[in-house]
Amino acid sequence: MEEARRRAEEALAGIYESVEEGKGFVSFIVPLERLVEAAEALKSAGFDHVKSVTAVDRPKEGVIEVTYHASSYGDPELARGIIGLTVRIPRDNPRMPSLSRIWVSAEFQEREVFEFFGVIFEGHPDLRPILLAPPIAELRPLRKDFVVKEEPVYRGPIQKVEKPP
Amino acid sequence: MASGELKLSGWEVGEVRRLPGMDVKKIGRDLYEIFIGPQHPGSGHMRIIVRLDGDVMVEVDPDLGYVHRTMEKLAEGRSYIKVIPLMERMAILDACNITLPYVEAVEKLLDLEPPERAKYLRVLLCEINRIASHLYGMGIFGVFLGHSTMYMWPFGDREVFVELAERLTGARLTHTYAVPGGVRRDVPDGFTDDLRKAIRYMRKRLEDYRKIFLDNPVIRARLEDVGVIPRNLAIELGIVGPNLRASGVEYDVRLIEPYEVYDELDFEIPVFEEGDALARTWVRVEEIRQSLRILEQVADKLDKMPREGVMHDKFWAKAPKLYKDVYAREGRVKLMPLFATLRVPKGKAFARAEAGRGEIVYYVESEGGMTPYRVRVVSPSFRNAIVFKYIAPGHRLMDLPAIYGSIDYFPPEADR
Repeated sequence: MEEARRRAEEALAGIYESVEEGKGFVSFIVPLERLVEAAEALKSAGFDHVKSVTAVDRPKEGVIEVTYHASSYGDPELARGIIGLTVRIPRDNPRMPSLSRIWVSAEFQEREVFEFFGVIFEGHPDLRPILLAPPIAELRPLRKDFVVKEEPVYRGPIQKVEKPP
Repeated sequence: MASGELKLSGWEVGEVRRLPGMDVKKIGRDLYEIFIGPQHPGSGHMRIIVRLDGDVMVEVDPDLGYVHRTMEKLAEGRSYIKVIPLMERMAILDACNITLPYVEAVEKLLDLEPPERAKYLRVLLCEINRIASHLYGMGIFGVFLGHSTMYMWPFGDREVFVELAERLTGARLTHTYAVPGGVRRDVPDGFTDDLRKAIRYMRKRLEDYRKIFLDNPVIRARLEDVGVIPRNLAIELGIVGPNLRASGVEYDVRLIEPYEVYDELDFEIPVFEEGDALARTWVRVEEIRQSLRILEQVADKLDKMPREGVMHDKFWAKAPKLYKDVYAREGRVKLMPLFATLRVPKGKAFARAEAGRGEIVYYVESEGGMTPYRVRVVSPSFRNAIVFKYIAPGHRLMDLPAIYGSIDYFPPEADR
């Protein structure tokens, strides 16, 4: 993990704004306009694939946070670490450049983030819903304002108890 | 018969014809668009849209989502303990592997580590699950190739391991065995002896599989050099599990970032260079062999250890006396009431594990409440689905079942 972190810091020097420590990963927060540059730097540093494109909706701050959790297959030293590349994009205009030209492994997952959060990945080769039917995808189900209504528990018809004579 | 009566008209461009199991649309002279599925011989539902030139696939579009169950959304409204049985529904036959990284992520947030014996018990069930999962995948592969013996043998042999899992956890599938802080039960009496018997039996059976399936000239002709994924492409596509290792990449989470007690066990990671469908099948067989080796060591270790401590002390201390009595008598722990109101400290955690079909990753974010703020899960099959799009084109249509079966794609796991 330490080695991966050092190598990522080296590659992203001057690009990232801040570092966020998670348990089991380190995330570098980059400004939106430098995301592609940062991804290219990470890729050439040996982080060759994306494990997860994780989006989190934060309505209080008015942002959607998209993190690419990248790691390596080719280099066992880097494989021990998980490096996150995070951007925060406005909730009301969620547009960001697609990284699936750099990391092909992100292609299907970006489609997933698109349908669940409505994030538009500019330059994505094939941006369509992948898991959901298009009318459901319109609802952006993983945003926090989509609330799942739990069904009430059915306890059977109310039975009248006859008074004994 | 007059020639006019039997109307054998040509197939017009744009016309759709229904064939058994698929819809075929002619999109040009010698160009066809086929919708295969969502019902097909494989396990679970998934549609593949194939564009064919003659019988060569030129474009393959995997259409996922037929068994999507909104797990990530549902998890946001459930208490931490209830997320485990929810996530298990991805791959019920691989339940312990599939939920283990979630449990580990929650443990990372709670900052606790399960006791030694609980870790061994987790590994025990994980390896039993891995064998069952590989046998299931190989059985389905047999169905795809029309090799009915290879369907029936692994499904029958899988029963041995499902039975063991049942004796260990109380459920054939969906065990909910690993819970934050430990496991739910200890091994019943005489379990390790039966386990050793099962290991001996399975070793013998692997040899039978080789003879009837892997070294079968018909099967080899259908699998060799089919669906070849070169090493650099495997890395680029980010595929996982046996498919990755069949392409010469030595990556296994158990090796790279050993979780539980994998660093204390002696086993190898089978890696093949060919990257074709046959190599992917061989990796599964060799992995079963290695899992048997792990199980042998775990059985020895469990026999030597005193039968105590399957739950972290922090939780165990709060257990009522009745619980401790039941554990002393029967070796099982009832889920303690504290799990219903378990609060997890604020934080973000990322965990991974090697499930039967490959690496599974979880991202869990807590705001300090009783339900997670966000659970992100990427299952191995979802990451393997990209193979259809980038590897299948160029092959003949008859190779599609071989490719599908060899990557052990499991729709319920991919769709989540």
